[in-house]
Amino acid sequence: MKKFKSFLIAGTAAALLTSGNPALANCPTKGVKEMTGAGATFPYPLYSKMFDEYNKICGVKVNYQSIGSGGGIRQLQQQTVEFGGSDGIMNEKQKQQAKGGNVMHIPTVAGAVVVIYNLPGAEKTQLKFTPDVLADIYLKKIKTWGDARIKALNPSAKLPTQDIAVVHRSDGSGTTFIFTSYLSKVSSEWKDRVGNATSVNWPGDIGGKGNEGVANSVKQIPGAIGYVELAYAEQNKIAYAQLRNKAGKYVQPSLESAAKAADVANLPDHMEVMVTDSSNPDAYPITGFTWLLVYENQTDLAKADAVAQLAWWMIHDGQKFATPLGYAPLQGVAVKKAEALIKKIKVGGKSVLN
Amino acid sequence: MKPELQAVSQSSLGSISAALDWLLPRQPGSVRLGDRFFHLLVRMCSVFIIMLALLLVGDLFRGSWEAIEYFGLGFLVGTTWDPVTQEFGSLPPAVGTLIKSTIALIIAVPISIGSAVFIAFYIPRGWRTLVSYPIELLAGIPSIIFGLWGLFIMVPVIRTIQVWLKANFGWIPFLDGPAVYGVGVLAGGMMLAIMITPIITAISRDILLTVPRTQVEALLALGATKWEAIWKVVLPYARTGLIGAVILGLGRSIGETMAVTMVGGNNFDLPHTLFDPIHSMASMIASEFAEATYSLYVSSLIYMGLVLFGITLIISLLAQLLIWRLSKGEFAILD
Repeated sequence: MKKFKSFLIAGTAAALLTSGNPALANCPTKGVKEMTGAGATFPYPLYSKMFDEYNKICGVKVNYQSIGSGGGIRQLQQQTVEFGGSDGIMNEKQKQQAKGGNVMHIPTVAGAVVVIYNLPGAEKTQLKFTPDVLADIYLKKIKTWGDARIKALNPSAKLPTQDIAVVHRSDGSGTTFIFTSYLSKVSSEWKDRVGNATSVNWPGDIGGKGNEGVANSVKQIPGAIGYVELAYAEQNKIAYAQLRNKAGKYVQPSLESAAKAADVANLPDHMEVMVTDSSNPDAYPITGFTWLLVYENQTDLAKADAVAQLAWWMIHDGQKFATPLGYAPLQGVAVKKAEALIKKIKVGGKSVLN
Repeated sequence: MKPELQAVSQSSLGSISAALDWLLPRQPGSVRLGDRFFHLLVRMCSVFIIMLALLLVGDLFRGSWEAIEYFGLGFLVGTTWDPVTQEFGSLPPAVGTLIKSTIALIIAVPISIGSAVFIAFYIPRGWRTLVSYPIELLAGIPSIIFGLWGLFIMVPVIRTIQVWLKANFGWIPFLDGPAVYGVGVLAGGMMLAIMITPIITAISRDILLTVPRTQVEALLALGATKWEAIWKVVLPYARTGLIGAVILGLGRSIGETMAVTMVGGNNFDLPHTLFDPIHSMASMIASEFAEATYSLYVSSLIYMGLVLFGITLIISLLAQLLIWRLSKGEFAILD
């Protein structure tokens, strides 16, 4: 017990040092020992690591069920969980169905989605794509690797004449949400014909279940193209493409270039924004946040305090677990805006963190 | 036992008996208390199962009501699945489920019944367990293991077969795919065939073993060959049971989720060839339910579950009809 206490003190001290705000401790002070959340599967590996560490530091057990963003939103609407997790932004109708009033979207980390391919005879080549070429491949308008538009972008690559087999996720996922958000922003035809959701009406060809399903189909089918999470591609040593961003620069996908996507001046205060196709000149464009969903006005002071403290810890100390697990940490302006949102969590009109 | 206690126990027995009378009227042949109690117990068991099925159907209807009101029966023939424009239909995955299951049966039934005949009639009794054991082991493998094996090992092999088929038999309409992916209708069907073979084999073997040896021996004594005895007596004798075994296999293949998801290709279009990637109903429900973000979407997925339930019901009714007609014929032979 003594050991635990000293550990607790050490943890709190470290937390205070790094957050730079001595007025705010990181552990719940009102006696809450257990919390429940549910939602997105995309950040689950990171959240389970974070919650495990949080339990060691504060002795608060956080149960997070990775049942998907849809399920997380439904459970938050019904107030059966203290917080939800989502890779997408709730729409107006979903917000109206929330029983506890206004729902806030607090970003925790960003994730990047990379384009992978299988070119027989040119396995090591790193391809370059422009947004319009990528959109037209997924719209099935560019049908072969021999297409002049692909050649023009990759003059030195030894491209086969093969047909392109387009692979997508067959299960609803945050990865698809980020990817289709990007395509909708860069191609008006994509926006009109297909649109942006966790699962869409794909023009073609094959659906794979999960990152592993997509990656494996791409690996086995010569001429295939697909999209997976950056972390998955890196762990499995799959070659991925460079993309031209909004500023006209070809960017190598990495956690650094992904983190840049959210480091722009014009982020809205509510943070309900897809940062895909970012205007930051160094940003990799297929990048999106994942959010905690929390009610702004709460009734139970102890629970509200626990959620606020947890969220605060996640956007500060918890961020150090992001990079090793393949997520891009929040940066600069995004952290400040997230802090402001957490401070808005209120009980009886009074912010729980002040 | 003290007399008063005896009286109490007798009167309590009497009241139990009265309660039983109320719950379960006296029937000939069930006079003793324990006997009647047992009768009541098994009756409760079956009522429980029936209630469970009714609850399930009720809940499916309740959950899918929003989609039923919105799409009506048009859902059954709809060929679009678009969560963005909120347009949903279930025809392609229904077709996918049925085609894959049909392929699975075409492959699995001859192999299963053939191997069941071999185990029941051709190998010595002592060796039977040795051969049967691996089959029962196969039947117990979780479907995700089959699915991963299918994705990593079987699909590349099927791709090679498809390339060869396309090159040599591409002139046959359903063998001419636009491209060769490996995953798709054929891979899904093969996967299901592998999964249902052990089930059909194990049940068929047990059924064949119940065919009286005297039947076979009588025929052999009359000068028939072993093949004739099996073909003309054993299989007709066992056919209702064998059909039951096939139906159980079919049931598993229609409801199979994980393994077909891994190798089916999961595209939402009606298939034109054996190579086309195609969704199936169970795998679609499992894949999309977690991220279904609005109520009509969820409701449509549950509606698809209801359609799947309907298909299963129709197939098992048809099977019942078939067994009923066959068994009438069988009684005529036995007479």
